[in-house]
Amino acid sequence: MAQTITFGDSVAPITCHAWNKDRSQIAFSPNNNEVHIYQKEGGDWKQTNNLVEHDLRVMGIDWAPNTNRIVTCSVDRNAYVWTQGEDGKWSTTLVLLRINRAATCVKWSPMENKFAVGSGARLISICYFEKENNWWVSKHIKKPIRSTVTSIDWHPNNILLVAGSADFKVRVFSAYIKDIEDQPGPNVWGSKLPLGQLLAEFPNSSSGGGWVHSVSFSADGNKVAWVGHDSSINVADATQGKAVIKLKTEYLPFLGCSWISNNSLIVAGHSCIPLLYCHDGDEIKFIAKLDNTQRKESGGLSAMKKFQSLDRQARIETSDTFLDSIHQNAISCISIYQGTKDSVKKFSTSGLDGQLVIWDFDSLERAIEGLRIV
Amino acid sequence: MSATLKPYLTAVRHTLTAAMCLEHFSSQVVEKYTKPEVEVRTSKELLLNPVVISRNANEKVLIESSVNSIRVSIMIKQADEIEKILCKKFMRFMMMRAENFIVLRRKPVDGYHISFLITNFHTEQMYKHKLVDFVIYFMEEIDKEISEMKLAVNARARICSEEFLKRF
Repeated sequence: MAQTITFGDSVAPITCHAWNKDRSQIAFSPNNNEVHIYQKEGGDWKQTNNLVEHDLRVMGIDWAPNTNRIVTCSVDRNAYVWTQGEDGKWSTTLVLLRINRAATCVKWSPMENKFAVGSGARLISICYFEKENNWWVSKHIKKPIRSTVTSIDWHPNNILLVAGSADFKVRVFSAYIKDIEDQPGPNVWGSKLPLGQLLAEFPNSSSGGGWVHSVSFSADGNKVAWVGHDSSINVADATQGKAVIKLKTEYLPFLGCSWISNNSLIVAGHSCIPLLYCHDGDEIKFIAKLDNTQRKESGGLSAMKKFQSLDRQARIETSDTFLDSIHQNAISCISIYQGTKDSVKKFSTSGLDGQLVIWDFDSLERAIEGLRIV
Repeated sequence: MSATLKPYLTAVRHTLTAAMCLEHFSSQVVEKYTKPEVEVRTSKELLLNPVVISRNANEKVLIESSVNSIRVSIMIKQADEIEKILCKKFMRFMMMRAENFIVLRRKPVDGYHISFLITNFHTEQMYKHKLVDFVIYFMEEIDKEISEMKLAVNARARICSEEFLKRF
């Protein structure tokens, strides 16, 4: 149902991870300034490279599938583009982000000719390659972001960008760079598209609603989903007059969300289990918990002991170190393992417990009654 | 265990579980630094509303949370002068050794007797549910510890005075 991978003896949290095109290699950061690259050899994962250029904790990694370039960003305010040489070694290209606070998230655009970096300097840098100088230069989107940008995602048309930030808002911007692209035509989000044009702004809720942790554009680009610290899942549909549908859940806040078809999305976070939701008309419906792991019953637990511990510590058992889930700590990153955004077959999650789990929808559909992905 | 302690601890446990959803967050004010936002209080939007859970006038817990850290402050029951002295000495003893307790704050928040500061670095190294367990366990044990010490002090005083009065 789900395949768990741990890398080496490391138990350090996995901050973020990214796959290459054929999923034979993975890049992740073990919660420090390094980026490790592992390659699959048979059933085993072997470390092939260790990218050390950052000084402080790496916050974002993205691997461009077609051009085979990795971009990383870090708390030390820098981002690097890594390209692989003939000998398999990775070398860096400088990125002039022009920010003076931590870079928090990074994403390649679908065409892979530019990428966006969100930062604690309350701005987004849209970076593109400048041949004359052999470096990546950036243009800034500043207004009206009022706090750290926590997550970004690209629209499939390579122009629009959605950003969630710690000021409780989700915004859709145009990230059109006229130096490298042709004039884009109008779309459902707007028709005038100079760089930095604010096309939509959604507060997480009318009364604030907490930090936005993750945003995702749907495969057709008409819908934006986001999750906030108020444990809510939100979908805004541009074809329905940018109306926002909100579902508050009983779980702990989610840290990641991703569309897996045009109507379904997965979310995961502090509850340590991925959940499947479906956007249907004007509501978001709960479909299934994707992790139904039961903790192994530890033998010899007497009723007496159970009641004692319930009475003393207000919980069933005192010696239960393990949670009822595969992940043992918050899930911080979701990425697609197989399929495209409109029909995902497998996805992977990584979290603070240092595990990477690959979830397979085919076997999940067999294991969970009534699970259908539409 | 008395009837009011269990709901009190249950409330604290659920609040802590919800409050301890932390993530890494670098300072928006100072370059290249990561600071516990609940302590520095430089960005208003990164702080959540503080919660006070009280069992009675003398026993309460203050839970303040932010994007990358939470602060739990406990007010410990002190019925009489001896308990007051014992509590003061005991808390001083522990706070002087705060680094050994990892999550203990060196000074309590005003109006409380002991404070814990839990940051995202702690939740990355330790199981979150075990951290919650620790705080709950501490709250239970501290009352017991102080009443035991009080009994010991009283017993010792009794023996001393008996020995002293034998001479007359």
